[in-house]
Amino acid sequence: MSEEKKDFFVSDISLSYQYTAGNATTRFLNKVAEGKLVAQKCPKCSAVYVPPRGSCPRCGVATEEELELPDTGAVESFTIVHIPIPGNPIVPPYVSAMIRLDGADISFLHLIQEIDLADIRIGMRVQAVWKDKSDWGTTLENIKWFKPTGEDDVDPSVFKFKE
Amino acid sequence: MKDIYILAYAQNPIVADAKAANEVELIMPVVHQVFKQTGFTQNDIGFTCSGSCDYLQGAAFAFVEGLSAIQTNPPIKESHVEMDAAWALYESILKIQMGDAETALIYGFGKSSPGDLPFVSTLQTDPYYMSPLWPDKTSLAALQAQLLMNNGLLTKKDMYEALTQSISNAKNNPNALVTAMPSEDDYLSADYLSSPLSTYDCAPISDGASAMIIGTEEAAAKLGLQKIKISSVHHSIETSNFGARDLSTSESIIGLGKKINLKSFNLDFAELHTQFSYEIPFIRGLLDLGNIDINLSGGPLAGNVMMAAGLDSIGKSFELLKNSDFHNGLAHASSGPCLQQNMLVHLEKIND
Repeated sequence: MSEEKKDFFVSDISLSYQYTAGNATTRFLNKVAEGKLVAQKCPKCSAVYVPPRGSCPRCGVATEEELELPDTGAVESFTIVHIPIPGNPIVPPYVSAMIRLDGADISFLHLIQEIDLADIRIGMRVQAVWKDKSDWGTTLENIKWFKPTGEDDVDPSVFKFKE
Repeated sequence: MKDIYILAYAQNPIVADAKAANEVELIMPVVHQVFKQTGFTQNDIGFTCSGSCDYLQGAAFAFVEGLSAIQTNPPIKESHVEMDAAWALYESILKIQMGDAETALIYGFGKSSPGDLPFVSTLQTDPYYMSPLWPDKTSLAALQAQLLMNNGLLTKKDMYEALTQSISNAKNNPNALVTAMPSEDDYLSADYLSSPLSTYDCAPISDGASAMIIGTEEAAAKLGLQKIKISSVHHSIETSNFGARDLSTSESIIGLGKKINLKSFNLDFAELHTQFSYEIPFIRGLLDLGNIDINLSGGPLAGNVMMAAGLDSIGKSFELLKNSDFHNGLAHASSGPCLQQNMLVHLEKIND
């Protein structure tokens, strides 16, 4: 079998890119590196976006005005992950949740810890747990996870996107 | 068939490196400009179609992000082509012809600076037999140029003349990424990227975006602008198998010239989507353009935004007809290696 004729070959597909986040998201990430969560507001409909992409897709205009939001919010949605994902250092089971920061009109994905999995619920109040300041960079990983604050839950109707 | 008119066109200044700006930030200004030119808002648009290539951004479904540049609430009728936006225009024309829309917004965008464009383009070739061999865009073009030279259809002098004419014409386009005008000695002694092409023969790496609005006669009449009509548009493609193509000619381009009846009107100029210098004399010959002015805007050799440059040929023809005494313009868009796929558009100024 060692003289078997090869009728195929392996050709790797690999390209490298210099990724850019965009001017608006770059401003956001630079603030995250200082421990601040800076949202952007639509000049037409006043929707507040965090993380901002520099535009309001509802109105098709640029979001120039910036405002700092607190690192507290509520769980808009969540899932409990039981299956390990190759390359992911987080050991299952863990919670991935859509976090709606106070004052924001969209949510973003982050982790929730310091809670029994059975107690996670939509509307639960949470607060960011930051990494040690010396480890901060231009990434939302500066926040290790969110943890429950123990405050009363919010009514899920607050998550409705404002008209 | 309905008469369809170009109502507005806008192009971002073409830059070699848009730095941190992302696609949304490149698209939004041109979309706002075409709205300003027409007085339209997104609510006046019946169909929206974009052209881009996810391999340029290096992320699957990256084109969806581009939609954040336009107003999508209330929900819009929208589509996308993984091609030059000239084909987004084509899809929009079909949509209007079918009666699904009266107006359409078209945009194309590309940021080539983050990756290695000649190899990014490789991934648009046939994925089974071609792209695993990694033939880069420049080498494939060089193959065609060399063949034309071997057949006595092309000289280095032809290429030099096409290049210098393009660079000199770039002064007509304030958005052009003006490139250096080499002396003939510099040109002839330049190192080859891939023989017989040097850097001078290749369109510069460019970042940018363009947008256009088209509409029916009724929509055009309401605006009261100079009417520029899309009198004829056709496209055709040759096989992805290089071995089955005769690269010394182009069945696609010759066939399209006949289809749009190039000989039936007095052509004033042509804007060609030529990403390599040799393609200008090549297409001039294929379409028998004589000494018609080609690429008065400078064309892609003076700025070549991938996935927008074909739409730019059409947009620049529109602008030229609007702002001159010319009556008939020919615009060309292409896609794939060695001019594999082509589109020809006959634009006509209509005097009421």
